Amino acid sequence: MRLSTLTMTAAALLATTTLSFAAGELNIYNWGNYTNPDLIKKFEEKFDVKVTLTDYDSNTTALTKIEAGGHGFDIVVPTGNYVPIYVEKGLLLETRPDEMENFKNVAPRWVDVPWDMGRHYTVPWQWGTTGIAVNKKSYSGDINTSAIFLDPPAELVGKVNVVPEMSDVMNLAIFYVGGEACTEDKEVLRKVRDLLVAAKPKWQSMDYGTTDKLKNGEYQATVNWNGSTFKARQENPDVAYGYPKEGYPLWMDAVAVLKDAKNVENAKLFQNFLMEPENAAMISSFAGYANGISGSAEFMPEKMKGAPELETPEDLQAAGQFLPVCPKSARDIYTAIWTELQK
Amino acid sequence: MASAKPAATAHRSDSGVMERRAERERTRRNWLLSAPALALLVIGASGPLIIVLVYSFMTPGDFSGVEWTPTFDAWVQIFFTRDIFDDTLGLADAHLSIFWRSVRLSLLTTAITIVFGLPTAWFIATRPGRARTFWLFLITIPFWTNLLVRTFAILEMIRNEGLLNTWLIKLGVIASPLQIMYTDTAVLIGMAYVYLPLMVLPLYAAIERFDFRLVEAGYDLYANRLQVLRRVILPIVKPGIVAGSILVFVPSLGAYVTPRVLGGGKNMMIGNFIELQFGQGRNWPLGASLSIFLLLIVMVALLYYVRASTRGSSHD
Repeated sequence: MRLSTLTMTAAALLATTTLSFAAGELNIYNWGNYTNPDLIKKFEEKFDVKVTLTDYDSNTTALTKIEAGGHGFDIVVPTGNYVPIYVEKGLLLETRPDEMENFKNVAPRWVDVPWDMGRHYTVPWQWGTTGIAVNKKSYSGDINTSAIFLDPPAELVGKVNVVPEMSDVMNLAIFYVGGEACTEDKEVLRKVRDLLVAAKPKWQSMDYGTTDKLKNGEYQATVNWNGSTFKARQENPDVAYGYPKEGYPLWMDAVAVLKDAKNVENAKLFQNFLMEPENAAMISSFAGYANGISGSAEFMPEKMKGAPELETPEDLQAAGQFLPVCPKSARDIYTAIWTELQK
Repeated sequence: MASAKPAATAHRSDSGVMERRAERERTRRNWLLSAPALALLVIGASGPLIIVLVYSFMTPGDFSGVEWTPTFDAWVQIFFTRDIFDDTLGLADAHLSIFWRSVRLSLLTTAITIVFGLPTAWFIATRPGRARTFWLFLITIPFWTNLLVRTFAILEMIRNEGLLNTWLIKLGVIASPLQIMYTDTAVLIGMAYVYLPLMVLPLYAAIERFDFRLVEAGYDLYANRLQVLRRVILPIVKPGIVAGSILVFVPSLGAYVTPRVLGGGKNMMIGNFIELQFGQGRNWPLGASLSIFLLLIVMVALLYYVRASTRGSSHD
């Protein structure tokens, strides 16, 4: 009864207002192959908004394009450690998700995050870990170690891929030799450089596209993200995920509204929409990563429940840590080592 | 007599002034008429290049972009690097080896395309008219497809579970798959395939004009087949070879997609190195100076082409 009155009112509103007002728009700028089309469709139907989705492949690409201006995007989904850069550069709108209706669903762990204390700007999208994926057919030893790619066991020599993600790879290697994230300690970095340069001849490639190549057996081992490994395992049960005990990066992507957004109200609606457990579950069921919303698990597909890629074993939880964005002085050294590695 | 002379001079100079004025008028009109084209050229071609050039003399910004503090650092960094451990300035051997790989692979690509392109172009040029159009059409078909798609097609053929290895194993030639992917060989195969049409077309143009009676003349003068090829055909076809080589060498040098997809990203070429500076490395000035540096290499290659082709025509 109430619903039908609402529909009537909506219809009346539709009839009286101009078309452009009724059909709102929302332009989302997100990582490629990361957004569930069903989620978008649901949002479009619920709010009568036309959503346009544009892809990027790295945080730097996104930041550069948004800084240049004239992009027309309303929403961007940077990794947590990039959020302070966006804020510092004055690119984000303070939408106060913490005052939104669905904020109560955000898991306590993800409320006071270092990149957005108290969540004044961003809403959780997904979070995950960077670790190691191995095909158990090729190697049956311990896979909870970065040695898989930094000092490959004989079975995996020439069969390891390393994703060309400088920050992840450098920090995995730094953790492996006992250093701290973003370190500028020369002794540590010398060890890191020697380690990487010595390991490289034992690598097969340095490439992305790990999900498919793990699936079809092209890669026997690779540095990889947990969700990608989860997806690969659905079609190739031999694939397993390891959490390097020496230390591994954690990350979380965050949904923010841009300061020059043209569809601010729709963007806020979208932020609130994403904090609803059922919708957050849709994000996860598509990309295979955990989200930060309590109660979303029960809406997730059966296969995700208790998946080893999504639930870190207790003894390995402490090894994971969020990476800060390293200062320029550290990055310059890392780029030099990275160049030497790929020369 | 004495008065007539200055008068005549005055008259002459008068017409000279008029002429000069008309001349100036004409020049101005020409400039005005060509202004739109010039503006387009300056804004469209030189404009972006000037921005790149200016950026190469700036200081890298904190996360991206540049800070407006002029410096030569980015140019010094192309060849020299401050050692990250003992802080001494030394030759940037990592950069040099990346340049050398790019030049070496590009030269090899050029050589491979000549070896395959010359017989192909010869074959096409010696067909009768209609068939010739058909064969040329076949050569241009790959251009209809995106470079990335073509590169992935090559990937499907040479990867370990790909067509080539499957067939070779089935035929019993090899027992385990050949590891071609992620090697320089893979990059070479990919680049040679992608750029082959750029070699065939100028070669065809050169061979098509070739007067085949010269070959007969050569045989009449007791030249053997190799001598006819070396002394008669190659000198005449040479401008085609040079033009094709430039067309293949230049894009090979800046290749980005092929080394990334087929080379597995382990070893960079200049294109990938430049991308690193604008992406994860966040050193835009170095990326800019490297881009200009690449342009300079290309210009040297083009100058060589101009000199080679004019020398060729002066022999005629």
